[in-house]
Amino acid sequence: MHDPIVTMKDVSYAYENKHALNKINFTISQGSFIGLVGPNGGGKTTLIKLLLGILKPQHGSIELFGVPMNKFKHWNKIGFVSQKANAFNLGFPASVQEVVSMGLTAKVGYLKFFTKEHRQKIEKAVAQVGMSEYLHENIGDLSGGQQQRIFIARALVSDPELLILDEPTVGVDAENVKKFYDLLHQLNNDSGITLLLVTHDIGTMTHHATDIVCLNKHLHFHGNPSEFSSLSDKDLSHFYGHPLNLVTHNH
Amino acid sequence: MIANFFEYEFLRNTFYTGLLIGLIAPLLGTFIVVRRLSLIADALSHVTLAGIAFGLLLEKKYILGGVITPFYAGMGFSVIGSVFIERLRSVYKAYQELAIPIILSGGVGLSVIFISLANGFNTDLYNYLFGSVSAVSRSDLYSIIVITVIVITVIFLFYKELFMLSFDEEHAVVSGIHAKRIHFLFIVLTALVIAASIRIVGVLLVSALMTLPVAASIRIAKGFKQTIVLSIIFGEISVIIGLISGYYFEIPPGGTIVVTSILILLLSISIKKLKFNLSRKKAIQ
Ligand SMILES: Nc1ncnc2c1ncn2[C@@H]1O[C@H](COP(=O)(O)OP(=O)(O)O)[C@@H](O)[C@H]1O
Ligand SMILES: [Mg+2]
Repeated sequence: MHDPIVTMKDVSYAYENKHALNKINFTISQGSFIGLVGPNGGGKTTLIKLLLGILKPQHGSIELFGVPMNKFKHWNKIGFVSQKANAFNLGFPASVQEVVSMGLTAKVGYLKFFTKEHRQKIEKAVAQVGMSEYLHENIGDLSGGQQQRIFIARALVSDPELLILDEPTVGVDAENVKKFYDLLHQLNNDSGITLLLVTHDIGTMTHHATDIVCLNKHLHFHGNPSEFSSLSDKDLSHFYGHPLNLVTHNH
Repeated sequence: MIANFFEYEFLRNTFYTGLLIGLIAPLLGTFIVVRRLSLIADALSHVTLAGIAFGLLLEKKYILGGVITPFYAGMGFSVIGSVFIERLRSVYKAYQELAIPIILSGGVGLSVIFISLANGFNTDLYNYLFGSVSAVSRSDLYSIIVITVIVITVIFLFYKELFMLSFDEEHAVVSGIHAKRIHFLFIVLTALVIAASIRIVGVLLVSALMTLPVAASIRIAKGFKQTIVLSIIFGEISVIIGLISGYYFEIPPGGTIVVTSILILLLSISIKKLKFNLSRKKAIQ
């Protein structure tokens, strides 16, 4: 594959006195589509917060695009879609266009204003997720699946090279989940965006991802989907802490 | 009746001040409501009261009164109170709302002390509590013009950062926005707007002018900018109707302004219901 754009070396993180991550070594190569799976409380969100600089590791080092974390400046290269429910204030009127514009705020910079060019970029990103006709609607009036698309558009509008998504399909109905994966696939294949997706949807991941990573405090597995499928039930239940009924949609 | 407002200078001052606060209170109020900080505005207005009482005390007992007017003392206390609120909110991270009763009761407590040191209530204080049509001096008006210019300039310059911070603090921090500094700037602006509004709407009702027009506009607006514009329109209507009727009926304008805002709020709720029912009828046919 290509160059690693994320490198974690020996990274450990503990909240107050609770270990969340232990000696994680992990790389993301450019162009890959990584499915990050693991039990609840396994440290997936913590790993993402470390990558985004929200948390600082107590041990180990992180490099982004070949630059040590503390010197990294190009945050617009990384797009982030969080578990929408807890982060975004949906009850207040904000149009789709306004929400997506947030993705450009930092890139445009202080004391500068959005130009016509920026507005075209915003419209393009909204079109990319198939939501053009909702440009001037309030985000609170959309369905959960549609809102999630808007948050992806917000992450895409600054042309990120790496897109990180934390359980984006929670609360989205099955039909829209499928559309959602098609969109991710297209972003990865056609636009060459590297993806890191946290999900419980292991079956679908074996279908779309280039890599599967299993995390439960330790990094238990990092390989391609066929290697993952050939893991024994014993291996899986070992790091999930309980037996796992793996449903694959390969047939 | 309206002619009176332009005939007498003190009424003219009040009218212009009313138009200014009808603009800046809902403008800032939109950000306050979306960030769920409405109660902070209330706490700050009570701190402002302490400052005003302090100013009245100085005016009455000491010669300093000429320099530190109740208006400036109120503004000073309000800004200092806003700094304290932010400190408290970071001390009680898990219970941020605790900052509000602490600051609010502190403000009332200090007010009571200063008021009794100045030998009790008088009409001046009554005006500060409920607002007045005749209390704005020319120098107050000038200060309020300056505050208005500052508020509008800062919001204009930091609009996109404030907008992002209001809706999604996590995203703002991740993308490298200086959330703490911008938030601080915002709270100080809030303190200034409260100090500016108190002359007309009064301590007890100032947060109403910041939140009621917004409550009405979020029922019907599409998008955040439209919410701001509608809130300002509703704020101005309330101030104009409230000032004129307050003057005419000899009622403190705080009361008439707030009641007008509530009528607008009720109207916007029923308009929304009406729209909804109409569209449902159409859908059924
Ligand atoms: N802010 C926090 N304070 C203390 N402990 C936390 C905090 N966030 C997460 N944890 C703990 O860290 C562990 C990993 O959590 P998390 O990264 O959210 O897991 P996941 O996303 O895989 O479900 C869990 O045991 C969780 O209880
Ligand atoms: Mg999580």
